[in-house]
Amino acid sequence: MSKIPSPAVTTETAQFWAKANEGQLSVPQCKSCGKFHWYPRANCPFCTSDQVELKPASGKGTIYSYSVARRGKDSYVIAYVTLDEGVTMMTNIVNADGANLAIGQPVRVAMVASEDGQRVPMFEPG
Amino acid sequence: MTIKNRAFIVGAYEHPTRHAPDKSLVQLHAEVAIGAIADAGLNKSDIDAYYFAGDASGLSTMSMVDYLNLKVRHVDSTETGGTSYLIHVAHAAQAIAAGKCNAALITLAGRPRSEGSSGAVPRVLGDASPEAQWEAPFSATTVNLYALCAQRHMHEFGTTAEQLAWIKVAASHHAQHNPNAMLKNVVTVDEVLASPMIASPLHRLECCVVSDGGGALIVARPEIANALKRPKVAVLGAGEAIKGQNGGEIDLMTSGAAVAGPAAFAEAGVKPSDIKYASIYDSFTITVLMQLEDLGFCKKGEGGKFVADGNLISGVGKLPFNTDGGGLCSNHPSNRGGMTKVIEAVRQLRGEAHPALQVKNCDLALAQGTGGRLGSRHGSATLIMERQ
Repeated sequence: MSKIPSPAVTTETAQFWAKANEGQLSVPQCKSCGKFHWYPRANCPFCTSDQVELKPASGKGTIYSYSVARRGKDSYVIAYVTLDEGVTMMTNIVNADGANLAIGQPVRVAMVASEDGQRVPMFEPG
Repeated sequence: MTIKNRAFIVGAYEHPTRHAPDKSLVQLHAEVAIGAIADAGLNKSDIDAYYFAGDASGLSTMSMVDYLNLKVRHVDSTETGGTSYLIHVAHAAQAIAAGKCNAALITLAGRPRSEGSSGAVPRVLGDASPEAQWEAPFSATTVNLYALCAQRHMHEFGTTAEQLAWIKVAASHHAQHNPNAMLKNVVTVDEVLASPMIASPLHRLECCVVSDGGGALIVARPEIANALKRPKVAVLGAGEAIKGQNGGEIDLMTSGAAVAGPAAFAEAGVKPSDIKYASIYDSFTITVLMQLEDLGFCKKGEGGKFVADGNLISGVGKLPFNTDGGGLCSNHPSNRGGMTKVIEAVRQLRGEAHPALQVKNCDLALAQGTGGRLGSRHGSATLIMERQ
């Protein structure tokens, strides 16, 4: 697989990405309304509260949808994965044959290093 | 306040070029502006409003107004990708109804073909764009974000690759009559499915073309429309919506057309079965299918059955669509198809479509746009127009 573009980390999201480098996928949860959201942000997109905290995610989910796409000569799988926490996030499926994937299939997080070393949350069958 | 019958599309012009390496971007804007003003039978001095979507970085409404040397008292630079121009028509009608302007010029132009653009390559988002860091690492592209919708639609509703291919087949039947179309050959379902897979389940022939070109429209108050010699095309109703990821509670099976469509039908006072001709944004086959469902031309999940067997072919099926060949075959200037959607609807309402494809007694038409990425966040707009 060719190089993975690194995320442009901001002060708003630095904590999430630091935890990712420790191998931890976290999901933001609002302390005011109790809801999880994706992608991470400082204010809850549902109730607007700024009382948002990053919770360690189980790292487990299922494929909501996927597409086997080409990047030059390589192929890769872009997907939406619905986490056990309830939110659906964009990601890549790795360590899998695209022809054998299915919507609804269980997957688990696999942190993969991007171009500048920052680890990003991808998923593999499991 | 309603816009119903408060404004008319009096000028429409599509640039014939599909490849313009020898023209500058602003030059194309000027050529389509001149074309639309001439089509209306107006003078440049009659234009007192300008609408522009920022078709290329570095261009602003101010520099465009100055380049074209317009004297305007109203401007709008609403940017919702390829659907911007449908929203511009609606906003121009609102401004006219509010007395803010008399005649609005809307232009679109672009040179993505000359510049080597591709929807299969990740588009670089500015780092300040809030979603960039959550999507760029995964190589999200225009085509694979639409493919996610197609894959899910097949899973939830049993939609087949053959059914999606019928959308392209219908467009190709229309494009054979358009001398300016990039792809004029009639294709079969088998040929669509034999074309290379770009992002599963979407094949190359299910993707729109990359073309240079542009188009322009003039929207004017009733007094101006009445004084001109062109057939009158009234704006009856409009709706717009932005749909995104909803904080992670993602639903890829409904597009913004489910909001924009009903709003437009309610304002126009008509229903989907009244529509004689529909321009449906066709960046990809799945775009058409989902919009048809969300507009109410068929039930959710039954789009595959609805588009199959030539139902979208003029003179053959129940809902003639994109009789210019659309983005799938004719052109997609600036990677934005909303302008040409409105232009072909105006041609049909004026009775100026190709004779082989002109819908009989075409007095009510719809144009529908989806800009951005159906699978992440997109703008949606519906426009209903009537010949009067």
